[in-house]
Amino acid sequence: MTTPVLSARDLAVAFSVGGEEIAAVHRVDFDLHAGEVLAIVGESGSGKSVTSLAVLGLLPRNATVTGSIVADGTELVGASERTFASIRGDRIAMIFQDPSNALDPVFTIGYQIQEMLRRHDPKQSREDRRARAIELLAMVELPEPEERLDSFPHQLSGGQAQRVMIAMALACDPEVLIADEPTTALDVTVQREILDVLRRMRERTSAAILLITHDMGVVADIADRVVVMRRGRVEETADVRSLFSAPRAEYTRALLAAVPRIGAEARVSTADGAERPVLEIEDLVVEYRNRRRRHIRAVEGVSLAIRAGEMVALVGESGSGKSTIGKSVLGLAPVEEGRIVVDGVELGNASREAIRTVKKRIGVVFQNPTAALDPRRTIGQSIGEPVRVHDGVKGRALAARVTELLEAVELPASWSGRYPHELSGGQRQRVAIARAVALDPLLLIADEPTSALDVSVQATVLDLLRRLQERFRFACLFISHDLAVVDALCDRVVVLHRGSIVEEGERRRVLTDPEHEYTRRLLAAAPVPDPDEQARRRAEALAG
Amino acid sequence: MSEQLAPQQAPLVAPADRSVWATLRSRPLFWVCSVVLSLLGLIALLPGPIAGLFGQPDPRACTLADSALEPGGAHVFGTDLQGCDIFANVVYGTQTSLFIGLLTTVLCLVIAMVLGTLAGYYGGVADRIVARLTDVFLGFPFLLGAIVVLNSIGARSPVTVSLVIAFFSWPTLARLVRSSVRTVRSAEYVQAASAMGLRDRRILLDHVVPNSLGPVLAIATTMVGSVIVAESTLTFLGVGLRSPSISWGLQLSTAQSYFQSEPHLLVFPSIFLTVTVLSLITLGDILRDALDPKGRS
Repeated sequence: MTTPVLSARDLAVAFSVGGEEIAAVHRVDFDLHAGEVLAIVGESGSGKSVTSLAVLGLLPRNATVTGSIVADGTELVGASERTFASIRGDRIAMIFQDPSNALDPVFTIGYQIQEMLRRHDPKQSREDRRARAIELLAMVELPEPEERLDSFPHQLSGGQAQRVMIAMALACDPEVLIADEPTTALDVTVQREILDVLRRMRERTSAAILLITHDMGVVADIADRVVVMRRGRVEETADVRSLFSAPRAEYTRALLAAVPRIGAEARVSTADGAERPVLEIEDLVVEYRNRRRRHIRAVEGVSLAIRAGEMVALVGESGSGKSTIGKSVLGLAPVEEGRIVVDGVELGNASREAIRTVKKRIGVVFQNPTAALDPRRTIGQSIGEPVRVHDGVKGRALAARVTELLEAVELPASWSGRYPHELSGGQRQRVAIARAVALDPLLLIADEPTSALDVSVQATVLDLLRRLQERFRFACLFISHDLAVVDALCDRVVVLHRGSIVEEGERRRVLTDPEHEYTRRLLAAAPVPDPDEQARRRAEALAG
Repeated sequence: MSEQLAPQQAPLVAPADRSVWATLRSRPLFWVCSVVLSLLGLIALLPGPIAGLFGQPDPRACTLADSALEPGGAHVFGTDLQGCDIFANVVYGTQTSLFIGLLTTVLCLVIAMVLGTLAGYYGGVADRIVARLTDVFLGFPFLLGAIVVLNSIGARSPVTVSLVIAFFSWPTLARLVRSSVRTVRSAEYVQAASAMGLRDRRILLDHVVPNSLGPVLAIATTMVGSVIVAESTLTFLGVGLRSPSISWGLQLSTAQSYFQSEPHLLVFPSIFLTVTVLSLITLGDILRDALDPKGRS
């Protein structure tokens, strides 16, 4: 076997926080060979990002790295800042998660790429640099690379910005490319394009890719070998096929089982036919005004209805208007035209009192549980707030209700005195759900409630939502970009594209036999955790 | 199954007492600041007996023959150019200076909290009105404005002086409150509260104000010092307090021209001013930490 371009032996990272040593990574070993894609997979807190930052010497000062990292014969643990400077960019380059924040907004992308080239080879002439920049942009398949050189970052979409980041990373022909969650901030269809770029990149250059990700679908799509990490330790290292077909570590098996897949069995819907719908939206139009007073239509003539006990999914990519629809039901978006009727009350022209009474019966769960809870309130106070304010319950009775709600979301009742920062993400989301169901809602609006959570936690939160719905029989508007999650939970699916509904129907029908071209594209873009299936799809895409 | 993947956090031992008071109590600095500030308060309330401790109870009993004596002997802090006892002057000045400093800051804080919160939370017209208003006040030179206003007021007492200083210093604080409220307003927990159907007043008082107070308090405590100095500037220009008023500001402004020959004139009032401001700032910081649940435990 050839010598690896990057290898780590007994790598350990510890942070000293307030005089205490906290180990983030213990004894990690891996080898990365030329032309290979090695994925490091793990959930939050597994130490995968810390490992990649250690390779580039980008850890904060309170971190201690021990063991050994050798890149092409150079020892990087304990290396001087100067050694790192000569390695970064030239031999090891990095791509970050959020491309829109990684580019400097005041310079053109051409300038930023050429700056990178100048930094690493000051002797190159101006024309050569420009030519090389164009070549790089062409390599990442950015259309019209020559004109694009003069674009500013805000003129690019997220996917284009990420391509520019890849071009910059490749500028100096690095031997190793570290990609830290390179597609997590992007939509599925864009993710697909970026993964394609990375894949073809590997065929053109000999660069090895170290891919950090939490997404098993991405791993199945692009990786050759996989390192599974958990709590700072390596659980398993295997090549991609055997990892998915015969996982050795128990953790890997559990992780794979927790990944939602499309193809869930038929379920009995708890929706009942006769009643009038709980939520009725007719010809909704929502317009935002931007800074230059121009109107931007976020939602364009959307109609939908949800009955009690029914779970309807709003699916779409960013900018499709799915969150805006949820917000307009909550009165948080500027409704231009159309009717929203909740439990027989039309929100547009009802009295303030009537609206307050209706809002009492609408629960809401947001994407980011950390931001959705007041950091200065204990979780008991947060959960009890709607009960206290709307029903005037106080003292003992309030405490009893909070206990009941905490138990409903499977948290210990004794935790009511804790603050949000003392809980994990999944636990916080449970608290937010408890608050949402505190007043026995008729309608629950869940805006991407599991997107910020790890897959295993996501599975438990989805379970919880399903159980709560069986118990409380609320109507639920479930907003999500993840078709597999929707498949596991919802009865009906509404697909949105650029503010309008393109397809709507029963879950299994939409997800297995989509009518609209866009739905088909969405389904095809979402990577599945199965390398053979991904290979088959790629072959199909090439043939088609 | 998944529970093994996402283990419940190791059940922390329930902290014994995490109230704000318990946290404050355990911080030695809190006690240091409180003792210093209560001493200053005591001095402000009972200047006579305290000045008398060193045998010079009357700040206005001056003998020109004793002009600018070094510290020591009958005058612990020495005497100023008129031969007045500096210790007695500093002690008597505490009342006026603390009064002006605190009153002005509280006034500013109240105006800024109300206007800044309205502007930041409601935005739109309210925001534009408040923004233009602060622009007008910020564009106006402080000294010029204060001179014009104070000259047109007949009687000048510590209250009128602090009203005038507050009148010209609230805008900076209001802008700070506004931006701080705006950040909190867009937080999801505020959206959640409004989606819950809570009334605006309740959202503002329960969620927005407590969460936007941190940076504002930090600036407000430093403001006390600058207000005390601003009073001295006005007094020095002849539009602030009138002689025979006694304040630290007055002493500082007369002393600054003799700094090289008679440094003790400047040193003692400045020490008092610095100690006051330092303890206020430190107390503000400690309070902010104690009010933030993440700082407790």
